[in-house]
Amino acid sequence: MASDWPLLSLVTFLPLVGVAIILVTRGDAALVARNARYVALWTSLITFLLSLLLWTNFDPDMSDFQFVEKAPWIPAFGINYTMGVDGISMFFVLLSTLLTPICVLASWEAIEVRVKEYMISFLVLETLMVGTFSALDFVLFYVFFEGVLIPMFLIIGIWGGQRRVYSAFKFFLYTLTGSVLMLLAILAIFFETGTTDVPTLMQAHLPSGMQKWLWLAFFASFAVKVPMWPVHTWLPDAHVEAPTAGSVILAGVLLKMGAYGFLRFSVPLLPEATAYFTPLVYALSVVAVIYTSLVALAQEDMKKLIAYSSVAHMGYVTIGIFALNTQAVTGAIYQMLSHGIVSAALFLCVGVVYDRMHSREISRYGGLVHRMPAYAFVFMVFTMASVGLPGTSGFVGEFLVLTGAFQSNTWVATLATSGVVLGAAYMLYLYRRVIFGKLERDDLKSILDLSWREVAVFAPLVVLTIWMGVYPISFTRSIHVSVVNLVTKYETASVPRPASQAVAQR
Amino acid sequence: MLHAAPVFLPLLGALIAGFFGRMLGDRGSQLVTCGAMVLAAITGAYVFVDVALMGHVRVVEIASWIVSGSFDVTWSVRLDALSASMVGMITLVSCMIHIYSCGYMAHDTSIPRFMAYLNLFTFFMLMLVTADNFVQLFFGWEGVGLASYLLIGFWFERPSANAAAIKAFLVNRVGDFGFALGVFAVFMVFDSVGFDAVFAATPGKVGTTIDFLGYNLDTLTTVCLLLFVGAMGKSAQLGLHTWLPDAMEGPTPVSALIHAATMVTAGVFMVCRLSPMFEYAPTALAVVCFVGASTAFFAATVGLVQNDIKRVIAYSTCSQLGYMFFAAGVSAYSAAMFHLITHAFFKALLFLGAGSVIHAMSDEQDMRKMGGLWKLIPVTYALMWIGNLALAGIPPFAGFFSKDVILEAAWAAHSGVGMYAFILGTVAALLTAFYSWRLLFLTFHGAPRADHHTMEHVHESPQIMLAPLYVLAAGAIVAGFLLNGLFVGDGRAAFWGTSLFVLPEHDTVEGAHHVPVFIKLLPTIVGVLGIAGAYLAYIVSPDMPARTVEAFRSIYLFLYNKWYFDELYDRIFVRPAFWLGRILWKGGDGAIIDGLGPDGIAASTVSLAKRAGRLQTGYVYHYAFAMLIGVVILASFYLYRMGR
Repeated sequence: MASDWPLLSLVTFLPLVGVAIILVTRGDAALVARNARYVALWTSLITFLLSLLLWTNFDPDMSDFQFVEKAPWIPAFGINYTMGVDGISMFFVLLSTLLTPICVLASWEAIEVRVKEYMISFLVLETLMVGTFSALDFVLFYVFFEGVLIPMFLIIGIWGGQRRVYSAFKFFLYTLTGSVLMLLAILAIFFETGTTDVPTLMQAHLPSGMQKWLWLAFFASFAVKVPMWPVHTWLPDAHVEAPTAGSVILAGVLLKMGAYGFLRFSVPLLPEATAYFTPLVYALSVVAVIYTSLVALAQEDMKKLIAYSSVAHMGYVTIGIFALNTQAVTGAIYQMLSHGIVSAALFLCVGVVYDRMHSREISRYGGLVHRMPAYAFVFMVFTMASVGLPGTSGFVGEFLVLTGAFQSNTWVATLATSGVVLGAAYMLYLYRRVIFGKLERDDLKSILDLSWREVAVFAPLVVLTIWMGVYPISFTRSIHVSVVNLVTKYETASVPRPASQAVAQR
Repeated sequence: MLHAAPVFLPLLGALIAGFFGRMLGDRGSQLVTCGAMVLAAITGAYVFVDVALMGHVRVVEIASWIVSGSFDVTWSVRLDALSASMVGMITLVSCMIHIYSCGYMAHDTSIPRFMAYLNLFTFFMLMLVTADNFVQLFFGWEGVGLASYLLIGFWFERPSANAAAIKAFLVNRVGDFGFALGVFAVFMVFDSVGFDAVFAATPGKVGTTIDFLGYNLDTLTTVCLLLFVGAMGKSAQLGLHTWLPDAMEGPTPVSALIHAATMVTAGVFMVCRLSPMFEYAPTALAVVCFVGASTAFFAATVGLVQNDIKRVIAYSTCSQLGYMFFAAGVSAYSAAMFHLITHAFFKALLFLGAGSVIHAMSDEQDMRKMGGLWKLIPVTYALMWIGNLALAGIPPFAGFFSKDVILEAAWAAHSGVGMYAFILGTVAALLTAFYSWRLLFLTFHGAPRADHHTMEHVHESPQIMLAPLYVLAAGAIVAGFLLNGLFVGDGRAAFWGTSLFVLPEHDTVEGAHHVPVFIKLLPTIVGVLGIAGAYLAYIVSPDMPARTVEAFRSIYLFLYNKWYFDELYDRIFVRPAFWLGRILWKGGDGAIIDGLGPDGIAASTVSLAKRAGRLQTGYVYHYAFAMLIGVVILASFYLYRMGR
């Protein structure tokens, strides 16, 4: 059924239909705002339902790309519009389409000015995110990947907090610097091989010397997006100034693009360079885990704390990707999905109290459990998922990554595992200061518990967190074959001229 | 199906009481959770009879959990003599404590939440003991940690309760850090995390080495010691014990269930469960023995001088766990399990009895403000006597049998650490008897030291609190006598089957039956001596303790401050972590990365632009001059090139 029509393109571009509808709405301001909200919600919900077909129709036993669409785009250079997903990318598409309606719902009352433009930004962003994860042509990927910056820049710069302009520029400059280098790398690959088609390139072999330069160029771009230490400092600022939904998308999906880039391009296309630079990635990741966990411990702003925890959690992801065995890579992908949900939910948790009290300062709160038991429960679930308690999604990814990393390098695994102690420290310390204790401030004494709209936002995330923790096989089943394929290919390709050397040694 | 019931009934109860507690009300929640526990206890007893006594060993597979290549983990319920004994004990003790809680927490404002947490804890504990692989063990392990965290911090208005809850979680996480590394190492060495596969392959790994942190280490020793770090955290062994006394901030039923009878024994259970690995790692066993013996002694010395009734019992728990560990360390796993079971009864009894005292004293816990209670609450008094007699190892109470065999096994090990354990264990037995009767005398005898108002309100607890105590007291009296033959006597080989593994040359339990008579009598003798000492110090001449404290002030302070562990950890871990976090944030991120990175580049771009802007003065002669200079430079350059 699904093979008859271009499902991936539909999922990708359906949000733009919503944009068109919002654009043609006329009337007084209140009506336009109302319309924009509903159109955005319904469009993103239908997109999400449609994207579920990708999952139900996905063949988990196939390592090739599925739902592939190909059409000439710039024929003069042989550049095609190629789309497709495999086990590595499929769930990122779903993550994007899941979080967009949640963002729309979370912004329902929080955004009061320029609602129309806001909703348009989010729908455009959705198209670009889905496109990034399903593009199979380098140029197409680049367009989507960089395009994401524009709506995100606007969301922070227009609907953000007081220092929004500084943060927006910092975010833009950091990410753009890397992008320029990536563009050069893509051009170099095109001139070397004459194609930008990713599946074709995966079969090609690039010269060893060239691989290192290309790898560094890609690294400059992807490492900023992850973000890896020490190019992470844009993230706390961007999160603090972004509106709640902006943080949700930023932490939930945008951070995954860098790591996805490593998996999709750096590892399969540049295996020798990947092997060469793995110690560098290990070192930066381990520093990220310990350093940012310690920094998170000292934070006084809730959003900053969670932003720093994101850097630490993404450190596990990069360790997993470069440990390059089945457990580690599966764990890295799973950790990304889990983090996409858990960190998004944690930012939503901050948003709940920010909407009520307009403050993110931890010391401003305390004793919320007295007035907000449902909120306290939800916050607890995600706190536990964040510290990687078994039975939540956070555990599965983290444990698999560390299991895999241990096989590759015991130092890396040991140092990274110490992050689970620090992670528990800063999250529980945060929870205690916000939720527990006596309710002493007068203005908190009338604070209201979760509304029905907020319950609707959190419920799917809670269910997913537990589901992913208790029965992860419903997800890993689809991921597994692609990962095994990636790892096996890497193992043969990462050693320069393996055959002749092996023979010579014998 | 029936065999999995005791594990999952508490989960059901927790979900119902947790999510619909407000609808059910206090009484409804109590009925649901206690009902679930009664059913669990009945099915748990059935499991014990069917599996442990009849020998119907089985593994019930529920569903697959994490599968990634050869990393293949299932949710399952593994039932053999070891886990069935635990299931029987846990469900029974937990059931009693649920019922007791209905009375003890009657005046609390969040009863459904409390009952749901208790149910949830029991579920995690049962998942822990019925695990069939390392990862489910870890699931239960961290799950009980969560429940413990929630219950210690149950009265979340108290800052001290919150601090204690976080401390418990974090110290346990330090242990879990080791545990997790151990699991990773197991997977690396055995390419599996299932118990059966790993145990089967263990003998083949003797003498092999693995590379860990750049060192070439003996495989089994490394793996076992890493896992043992987890056991030390959960069972509050020396070094990672600091959370347990603070955990007394939780309601007393919690202390009885989690911090005496069940959760804290998980470490002992783990070492016994992994006996097929530890047996082949003699160095690791020696470490277990050393740590256990040291803890038994350390905690007993601290218990001598504490004034909070619950803290005395907490240190006593810590000390008794040390006994179990050194028993396991000399390969007397069955003796360790025996003491684990008897201890669960008498220690839960002591805690709940203390709870009954606290209840009667209007929430007073300081023994210095008690005294003279025995006539007012005679039933509690009698029950506390039973608990203490069992704890001190006086025949024929339960503790006598289990503590006896442990000390004899340590003697029979005929090794250096075995002798160390025997000596420290015997001294600790003396101290145990002393602090137990110190507690009894301070609390129940002498002149009342509480104010008039409190003393008027002293009353015996209601039947709903006393009835569970009778059951536990019965256990504290007969458990040792009844289980002696099965656990450590002639029937032990048939009873344990393959669930415990002991190399023939390590069979210290057998050796324990053939030690000299004075060794057999020694534990009882020191027990009686300890009681006599306490009688002398607190009844015959009550001013003696104060004089002793004056004479040995520095030693007293050292013990009173718990060997200064908390202060030490605060200085070397807690404060530096916050300090480092602040430095890295302001200095690392702020000054260095941002200063040299984006902010620095932005600032230098701006200043560059300003300087460039200054060049554009708008005067024609300035521009003309600049052009002239350019022409001169170009001309010179060409002339120079042509000249070459």
